Amino acid sequence: MTLALRQPSVIPGFGITLGFTLFYMGLILLIPIGAFLLYTAQMSWADFWQAVSHRQVVASYKLSFGASLIAALLNLVFGAIVAWVLVRYQFFGKRVIDALVDLPFAMPTAVAGIALVTLYASTGWVGQYLEILGLRVAYTQLGVVVALTYIGLPFVVRTVQPVLEDLERELEEASAILGANRLTTLRRVILPALLPALLTGFALAFARALGEYGSVIFIAGNLPFRTEITPLLIVAKAEQYDYPGAAAIGTVMLLAAFVLLLLINTLQWWTARHSRR
Amino acid sequence: MSTIASHIHGTRAAAPTWRRATEEPAWVRRLLIGIALGFLSLFLVLPLTVVLYGAFEQGLQVWYAAITEPDAQAAIRLTLLVVAIVVPINLVFGVMAAWAIAKFEFRGKSVLITLIDLPFAISPVVVGLIFVILLGSQGWLGPWLAEHDLRVIFAVPGIIIVIAFGTMPFVARELIPLMQQQGKEEEESSLTLGANGWQTFWRVTLPNIKWGVIYGVILCNARAMGEFGAVAVVSGRIRGETNTMPLHIEVLYNEYLFTAAFAVSSLLAGLAIVTIAVKSLVDWRDERQRHQAAA
Amino acid sequence: MSIEIEHVNKRFGHFVAVDDVTLSLPEGQLTALLGPSGSGKTSLLRIIAGLEFPDSGRIRFHGEDATDVHVSRRGVGFVFQHYALFKHMTVFDNVAYGLTVQPRRLRPSKAEIRNRVTRLLELVQLDWTANRLPAQLSGGQRQRIALARALAVEPKVLLLDEPFGALDAKVRAELRRWLRRLHDEIHLTSVFVTHDQEEALEVSDRIVVMNQGRVEQEGTPEEVYDHPANPFVFSFLGQVNLFHARVQDGQARIGDLALPTAATGDQPEGHGLAYVRPHDIEILADDSAQGALAAVVEGITVVGPTARLELKVAGARDLIHAELPKSRLRSLGLSQGSNTWVRPLNGRVFVEPGRTPADPESVGM
Repeated sequence: MTLALRQPSVIPGFGITLGFTLFYMGLILLIPIGAFLLYTAQMSWADFWQAVSHRQVVASYKLSFGASLIAALLNLVFGAIVAWVLVRYQFFGKRVIDALVDLPFAMPTAVAGIALVTLYASTGWVGQYLEILGLRVAYTQLGVVVALTYIGLPFVVRTVQPVLEDLERELEEASAILGANRLTTLRRVILPALLPALLTGFALAFARALGEYGSVIFIAGNLPFRTEITPLLIVAKAEQYDYPGAAAIGTVMLLAAFVLLLLINTLQWWTARHSRR
Repeated sequence: MSTIASHIHGTRAAAPTWRRATEEPAWVRRLLIGIALGFLSLFLVLPLTVVLYGAFEQGLQVWYAAITEPDAQAAIRLTLLVVAIVVPINLVFGVMAAWAIAKFEFRGKSVLITLIDLPFAISPVVVGLIFVILLGSQGWLGPWLAEHDLRVIFAVPGIIIVIAFGTMPFVARELIPLMQQQGKEEEESSLTLGANGWQTFWRVTLPNIKWGVIYGVILCNARAMGEFGAVAVVSGRIRGETNTMPLHIEVLYNEYLFTAAFAVSSLLAGLAIVTIAVKSLVDWRDERQRHQAAA
Repeated sequence: MSIEIEHVNKRFGHFVAVDDVTLSLPEGQLTALLGPSGSGKTSLLRIIAGLEFPDSGRIRFHGEDATDVHVSRRGVGFVFQHYALFKHMTVFDNVAYGLTVQPRRLRPSKAEIRNRVTRLLELVQLDWTANRLPAQLSGGQRQRIALARALAVEPKVLLLDEPFGALDAKVRAELRRWLRRLHDEIHLTSVFVTHDQEEALEVSDRIVVMNQGRVEQEGTPEEVYDHPANPFVFSFLGQVNLFHARVQDGQARIGDLALPTAATGDQPEGHGLAYVRPHDIEILADDSAQGALAAVVEGITVVGPTARLELKVAGARDLIHAELPKSRLRSLGLSQGSNTWVRPLNGRVFVEPGRTPADPESVGM
């Protein structure tokens, strides 16, 4: 029976490394989050409910969750295509394109925000043509979707890519020999193998989009009830020193983040189990 | 399956001139490549171009003036100060956490790994709020801090803390899978040869994870310099004092000083480009090493 | 330096890796720890090295208790299954590593280190690889560098974990003979782990057969092969045919045939299983010999000079495997479907207590 905390090992440094890890995470992560949840817990239920169910707040949930969902779906489709193209095809400039996929991950969100609004404003490089088609992006809900698609772009590509690389060509060849055409092979052999990775990437993009602030606020226009995302409301309330109100909404976002993190972990565990077979 | 060279797809010279059973027809391939490139140009290449274009549109001198103007200089200095503190701390944390997780088996390990991911999942705005409530003047530790004349919120320490929170996982996330994959054999081997733990870490472990460390640090650095939402909440936006580069960009943009905003942005965009360049360099090295090992 | 292992136990969770093992490995000999995977042989080797801690029991080197001596001061050379060469160091730096990490006052001079490394590289016949990286070497070369690195610190004992496991058949055979010669030159007390009985029989001075964490038998290769202590050892050391046998008055009989070997076990009477190796099955052209069993040839495989037969004996469930020289096969004129007779010449009977005698028929392999 091992009730011991760890298996003994000859490799030194367990105490100090785990000790520092727990100390630092406790200090900077766990205690502050705990204190924050405690702060919210001290509110009366009525106050809390009033703060989180105000019409303006509910409108912001709808926008934040809806736009994040649409952005994650767009990334699911286009991310899968990008991953496929990068793994399976050869073309000029592939290496550079491959590297560029990580750009939204490294680019400061404020920079992305002003770049996107400049691009999609009615006088911008892209916006002026969309205007002709009758599409307005900047300062509309569509703008929010564009910004969230941008910041979520790497996730699906980067989770699907390695799985696709490891996918044995023999599986597809076997499917072809057994008489399946390319589309059937895609549907019956490739997609099921990629499914866990696709879902993981989707969930990661969604989680990132939900909490995003910097890249959205420039392009959204921030009209109450129309283009106001939930994180913006939190900032607004904090700036007006309405900390309980901000904390109540923040707690809702935090719990949503916890749920998503759990979901992502389960998906990753599923992916790992899937790929080992 | 066509057999003649008329089917060269304009790809590489080495590409087969006939289609394999598990390949798509040429038109499908071209269509998919077209969609992918179109999507990436619209979302990656154009935004990057617009930043650089906006920054240099009115010439190098204007760009230079914009980044050397006193408020911009103060923002750059503050940002560099913050990363000079945050990145080393998160580097040490990342290496230690990865060592504990990759080299040992203990209870609660998977919970710990999940917790390290937590800052990724939490909205930066909420991160800022958490610390305002904990450390601000109306917060729990606020009175105590005021008594000791310590300003944390709406001051530099607050900025450092929220950025440390937000960029905590980067080095650790880079190193944990790397060290897990490398296993323990080389370390054990070093120990059987009489080396102590410290020698083993410096001479065996570190050279093996060097590139992971470099990428982790650079990514951590880029994200620390670019952190926006959390800093926006705790900084108080005091010009020349608590404005980091991203906040300064926001101020300039809201004052319709677009060229100046893009000029400062171009510095951060340059950093982002360096970051992804280092990443592809690291990936490329890994790939080459794997090929060598397989050969 | 001899190694004494006293009542060593090791569990991983619920899994018993090493179950009360007591062994004495004599000085200067090359011992093989032989067993199937999961038999605890690698755990035992790692416990001897100090890489794993026993739950209880002691390890002594030449009588001196080493159980609590840290691996870095235990003075063992350890060769890992996948070599564990330092990828970023040249071959030279790999071999020199153990010398360069010594405390300054014990550390040999630079020239002395250079000398020793060069000599070791010559010993393993790879002095020309000094400036290469491990990735530029073949598997067999890496193995020899790993050995040179382990020897550089002048260990008191040398431990090797599946030293030939990751190599292809030809390199394996060469390296096996080379290791044997090397051991004869340096006479270092050495222990290696293997799951390959042929390897153990060919290379070692002593074999320790392990199964489920326990030592099943210990002895020279001849002893272990010719006098297996129990059914496990018998079947692990090579292919085997099983026959039901009756034991009476210390005499074992398969049907009407008396086996020359005496039965083992406490009970002089009862039902037992006779273990017969394929080369101890005689193939007869007719039934003139007493007790021969009628059989039909089901399959013939010729591998080099040896022919392997699969035979169906009437009433038996499993096929009997026999081995004979190709020339003998030719003189018998056998082909697939031929009728023939077989007679176990030599075998070993293990009595199963409490079983009543049953029909003489062959059972599973």
